[in-house]
Amino acid sequence: MAIEVILPKVDMDMSTGRLSKWLVAEGAEIKKGDPLFEIETDKAAMEVESPGTGKLGQISAREGDDVPIGQVIAYIFAAGETATDHVQSKPAAPVVEVAAKAAPVAVVETSTNSATSDIRATPLARRLAKENGVALSSVKGSGPYGRVLSADVEALAAKPAPVVSKASAPTATATPVENGAVLVPHDNMRKVIARRLTESKSTVPHFYISADCRLDALLKLRGDLNKAAPVKDGAPSFKLSINDMVIKAWALALRDVPAANVSWTDAAMLHHAHADIGVAVSIEGGLITPIIRKAETKSLSAISNEMKDLATRAKTRKLKSEEYNGGSSAISNLGMFGVKDFAAIINPPHATILAVGSGDQRPVVENGAVVPATVMTVTLSTDHRAVDGALGAEVLACFKRYIENPISMLV
Amino acid sequence: MADNNFDVLIIGAGPGGYVTAIRAAQLGFKVAIIEREHLGGICLNWGCIPTKALLRSAEIYHYMKQAENYGLSAKDITFDAAKVVARSRGVSGRLNMGVNGLLKKNKVQIIWGEAKVTKPGEVVVAETKKTVVQPQAPIPKGTLGAGSYTAKHIVIATGARPRVLPGLEPDGKLVWTYFEAMVPPKMPKSLLVVGSGAIGIEFASFYNAMGVDVTVVEIMDQVMPVEDTEISKIAQKQLEKYGIKFRLSTKVVKLDRKAETVTATLEAAGKSETITVDRVISAAGVVANVENLGLEALGVKMEKGCIVNDGYGRTNIAGIYAIGDVAGPPMLAHKAEHEGVICIEKIKGLDAHPMRRDQIPGCTYCHPQVASVGLTEAKARAAGFELKIGKFPFLANGKAIALGEDQGLIKTIFDAKTGRLIGAHMVGAEVTELIQGFVLAMGLETTEEELMHTVFPHPTLSEMMQESVLDAYGRVIHM
Repeated sequence: MAIEVILPKVDMDMSTGRLSKWLVAEGAEIKKGDPLFEIETDKAAMEVESPGTGKLGQISAREGDDVPIGQVIAYIFAAGETATDHVQSKPAAPVVEVAAKAAPVAVVETSTNSATSDIRATPLARRLAKENGVALSSVKGSGPYGRVLSADVEALAAKPAPVVSKASAPTATATPVENGAVLVPHDNMRKVIARRLTESKSTVPHFYISADCRLDALLKLRGDLNKAAPVKDGAPSFKLSINDMVIKAWALALRDVPAANVSWTDAAMLHHAHADIGVAVSIEGGLITPIIRKAETKSLSAISNEMKDLATRAKTRKLKSEEYNGGSSAISNLGMFGVKDFAAIINPPHATILAVGSGDQRPVVENGAVVPATVMTVTLSTDHRAVDGALGAEVLACFKRYIENPISMLV
Repeated sequence: MADNNFDVLIIGAGPGGYVTAIRAAQLGFKVAIIEREHLGGICLNWGCIPTKALLRSAEIYHYMKQAENYGLSAKDITFDAAKVVARSRGVSGRLNMGVNGLLKKNKVQIIWGEAKVTKPGEVVVAETKKTVVQPQAPIPKGTLGAGSYTAKHIVIATGARPRVLPGLEPDGKLVWTYFEAMVPPKMPKSLLVVGSGAIGIEFASFYNAMGVDVTVVEIMDQVMPVEDTEISKIAQKQLEKYGIKFRLSTKVVKLDRKAETVTATLEAAGKSETITVDRVISAAGVVANVENLGLEALGVKMEKGCIVNDGYGRTNIAGIYAIGDVAGPPMLAHKAEHEGVICIEKIKGLDAHPMRRDQIPGCTYCHPQVASVGLTEAKARAAGFELKIGKFPFLANGKAIALGEDQGLIKTIFDAKTGRLIGAHMVGAEVTELIQGFVLAMGLETTEEELMHTVFPHPTLSEMMQESVLDAYGRVIHM
């Protein structure tokens, strides 16, 4: 019988997902595991693999549709099977109506009653499959005669998003226009970046404050700590970067000035329990912001190692959704590109983002004399609805204290 | 020369053993079953079945005394204890014969005697040395006797026996186990029941109904300690109304046996007191029969006095299996039967599923009855579930009121996140016949929705099951 293609849950809190692109045309042959379609969430776009081998048919969700999780959006037919057979065998399924943008609830109802009824599964297993976006047809049942039990679905749902593939780098084809210029169609990441940043910059009242921080003590401490790193399996167990120390200092500042560790919502101010710091990572075709959770509680070495892992996986697009969703603030560091200072756009729901420039040798005046020092300029963007100027100044001053007296980060 | 070689040898013809034997025969195995005392084991001869016969007499007696409540009159209501016991023995005898017939029909060879596993694949049977509990049903004809027998698969299903507490050693006359309590020569005036598990409570309920002054001592702080606390409390209150006295969190430290009475010293919260009664029933649980089977020599793995199996009846020694009470709690006949079937089907290579111990129902046939399956509220909370709990009282059910049985409660416990039914607990008339509905629901993994969508017949007690589910989701109708 035909295999259902459902819209999977790839984000913790998503109830619907936008089907952004079919990668296979209706009627085309597809193999199990091949990329089948792309879905888009608030933060990212992902490719979903085909749950079976056969011919894609009966597509009921169009590109751009918002589809409830767990809904059947197409079928994969084995050789000899046709869509007509399938429809006829299930007269209850008004497939044509499903294709239209019917009320989501009605659509879900229809799909559960018809398409999955041939699969042996317990009611609880059906419910869990729907809630977790697991296709029943992809679950191997361990009950009598292969009946799918709740435990089978739970086991599958517990695995990190198995249907999401590592999504290829953008492979858009350029269209030549006049004067040698070309039009490159937007991929999903570009669309998501455009939508979110436009929304932020046009709805969030941004306010900026900058400060210069002397890095000499921090550089010395970093060198000392790295030299003292215990060797494990022939390699040092950590290698701290300046950025790792900036993350820690910013997290501690937010801990010390909790009024700044907030998010604006229309009804009330959300005060975060921890400093969950998103760190912008540039990847091919765009950027993504993985989050160091509870950064204020973590050691420098822990932050460093976690950041390395997140950045590596970000570049290969292997992050899980919960690894880049949410957070309470963010850091964008362009220092490695020689940027002196810049202002970053806040990434909602955050109320702040810290833009970090390069650490350069600059002349500073100390006790009336000009001396050389390594200085880094940071600029804090705040959502003025949530963090006012004085509060922003307070948290930034706190950050500067940690950077300039880095030993205090260790206690 | 008799054929002493079999495919499957089963030691013990209780409910676990004989059901395993019949299933094995159905699957084409050449099967023999070894029994030393009674076909049908404790359950059928000295446990589940004969107590239900006694309790039925008690129940009818109770209703006769209540005749006026139903517009009837009955005068000079009395009973003849000997006849009540005789009926109970008759019921056991009939079923004992029935087991014999079933084994014969399925061509299961019966071997009479005591078995010892001498090595994997070999069992030596000797004449029964144990003093047989009387009365004993006639030993079936056509059995094999002492000798050496071989089989590739040996299933140990030797059951359990009453636990003996130090100082409370049964003597057969003043201090009884369930054996003596089942066949009282006459009714004592007063009775002390030690232990408020199913066995203790059922005897307490029976003797109380027959006019005996009954006191129950329980070391834990609730009666029927394995049951949901709320349900236990309702049962206790109702039993107290009938005149049973309960002493919870209390220990029996000493029994002073006289000619026709026993003075028991009870201790609670550091204080001690004495109580003098005619008879004492020791019902402090049961222990597995693991002795004299040759298990230690073979190195069969045991834990807490029971044989360890892998969920399919397999022990750590290839070819040796253990099912039922001897393989650990819950020590219930229906668990033994099911475990035996799983065991033999796995041996056959069928697609057997391991025992779901969390879905084994428990029933206690006191008046009011108690039945349950799954987790109690306390255990579900301890397990970290977020709960939805529904309750429906007998007071609001038409059939219960018509029956004149309006005391009781049906309680359902759901995992709020998934709608999984994780526990069902009942107290009241006939609930032991109702619980299976929820057992089935759990086994099939229905959610609250299917239970709400199912049509329950009216007027029945079962309607309360649905109302309880509705109540868990704030949709109860008749409350």
